[in-house]
Amino acid sequence: MQNQENIGQNIIKKQIRFDLEIISKLVASNTKVLDIGCGDGELLSFLKKEKNVDARGLEISQKLVTQTIKKGISAIQGDGEKDLEFYPDHNFDYAILSQTIQATKNPKAMLKEMLRIARYAIISLPNFTHYKNRLHIMTNGTMPVNKNLPFTWFDTPNIHFCSIKDFENLCYDLNFKIEEKIFLTAKKRLNGMFGIDILPNFFAEYGIFLITKNEFNPTAQEELSFYEKVKQGMDFQLSTPVSQRSK
Amino acid sequence: MKVKSKFGPKYQEFEIGNIVYLAKDKPLKLQNGSNISNFPISYQTYGKLNKDKSNAILICHALTGDQYCASKNPVTKKDGWWEFMIGKGKAIDTDKYFIICSNIIGSCMGSWNPKSIDPETDKPYSMNFPIITIYDMVEAQNLLLQHFQIEELHAVIGGSVGGMQALCWSILYPQKVKNVIPIASSYRHSPQNIAFHEVGRQAIMADPNWQSGQYLNKQTYPAKGLAVARMTAHITYMSENALHDKFGRNLQDKDILSFSFDKDFEIESYLHHKGFSFVDRFDANSYLYITKAVDYFDLESDFNGKLANAFTNFAKNNKNGKFCLISFSDDWLFPPSEMKKITKALIACDIEVSSIVIDSSSGHDSFLIENESLKNTISGILATS
Repeated sequence: MQNQENIGQNIIKKQIRFDLEIISKLVASNTKVLDIGCGDGELLSFLKKEKNVDARGLEISQKLVTQTIKKGISAIQGDGEKDLEFYPDHNFDYAILSQTIQATKNPKAMLKEMLRIARYAIISLPNFTHYKNRLHIMTNGTMPVNKNLPFTWFDTPNIHFCSIKDFENLCYDLNFKIEEKIFLTAKKRLNGMFGIDILPNFFAEYGIFLITKNEFNPTAQEELSFYEKVKQGMDFQLSTPVSQRSK
Repeated sequence: MKVKSKFGPKYQEFEIGNIVYLAKDKPLKLQNGSNISNFPISYQTYGKLNKDKSNAILICHALTGDQYCASKNPVTKKDGWWEFMIGKGKAIDTDKYFIICSNIIGSCMGSWNPKSIDPETDKPYSMNFPIITIYDMVEAQNLLLQHFQIEELHAVIGGSVGGMQALCWSILYPQKVKNVIPIASSYRHSPQNIAFHEVGRQAIMADPNWQSGQYLNKQTYPAKGLAVARMTAHITYMSENALHDKFGRNLQDKDILSFSFDKDFEIESYLHHKGFSFVDRFDANSYLYITKAVDYFDLESDFNGKLANAFTNFAKNNKNGKFCLISFSDDWLFPPSEMKKITKALIACDIEVSSIVIDSSSGHDSFLIENESLKNTISGILATS
């Protein structure tokens, strides 16, 4: 199990450089961010530097928590699936789950928890129905093992594989609104014709989603300013600071 | 200023320094209501205080610890209890920081304690010493900082009972501590822990040489009672696995059972050694008073049953203050679950907190044993804030 975690971490590490720049584009400046499974804190320290966010981490491995702390970021050792109970409702502007949802025991509960503690959730996930995987299954008749999915079926930490379509369907079922979706191959952003992504469920290796609760109804002004400001990279506070909330 | 103090059943005399007398102008009001003035605190410092006095770190010692955290103890002649942590180029770097470690009040290494002379009777306080609390210990430390004219601590760090002091610092003087680092500690002393302390106290009091606490006046010494108290407590500092690995059922210096009440097993011999070496360095009445202070510690009940209320003052007065909570996986005296509760309370107050549980095999005492994760985490916190 320990070994699997390490392998998982290495894959996440490779992907993170690429991921973090894209995720960073989805995060507004001067907000409060929780990275669930923050690893050694690379994404958070990137966000702190680029977006001046109030960064917090949750990570299961003690050694990685210590590395996060060494980067000047506060982190708690805990299991993302059990320990989000640490956090009160609406404690963050964003909760990020990078390349992990497919390894959770209960992805549905995970998403609900994320949107309990944060106004927005950012989720990046591998797309299992990428055409190469489909071809592999069609031709070989075995579960795909490749650069992006380096595990054999019996030792994979990924227990809940899904496709981009599957994830979108789950968001729909949970009544979560997908505010942004970005499709990627391992090296670049998927760019379709006229800005429309063509068959992402077939061509994308990864998807990154910014989701929020549908029932969250900000004023029109607030909603407008959110998109404008994110796009312009402006500084603003998304949610009411905890200190100003009634206890 | 140095002072001489007598230790152990033979009343051997040792010189202890440095000592400073505090509360000379204004008495310190203890939690039990009594006022104390002109009382001694013994301390050690390491490193240099910088010009703007911003590099001070207070180290709080545990139950029977002392101020000699990074230098030789004059009584035991042993290295400081946190020598692997504090020093030149070490995790708590004396090239960068000014480290202060003072003996808690009630403890017998030079600070105001039951051995001290009561000015009213000209005899040792013994059982006339007031009941003290962890808060009182911290108030005395605060007076020591005033003596150094230090207004803000870069960090307050303490293990076990020292961690309780660190937590009290964040409650009494939230604006004065940038980093609060309790290690292997808790927000309250659990009923199980109180039970073990009470066994220890009763062992001391049952020793006829305790003389209702007046042994100093009668020149006796409750060595056996104090040794039993230490033996009991020492079991709680280890873990069952550690006992298996270290001693098992091995026999001490023999191949067959003696069929007598002599020490047969290594573990018995080890406990006897721990117990009887303890009496040479520690005072029985000090042990009674300090264990009582620790038993009284309960932040939850102090703040109307809601632990988070204990930290609202910190949240208000120290917006940039941080906590780092460190516990050990096989510590059953102060289990990680209790630190988890503190973590939750701090998050509820929107205080920046880090927390880790270090994999350990030495039980509660793990914080006194060299450990890379412990060193890395503490140096990381100190360097980045």
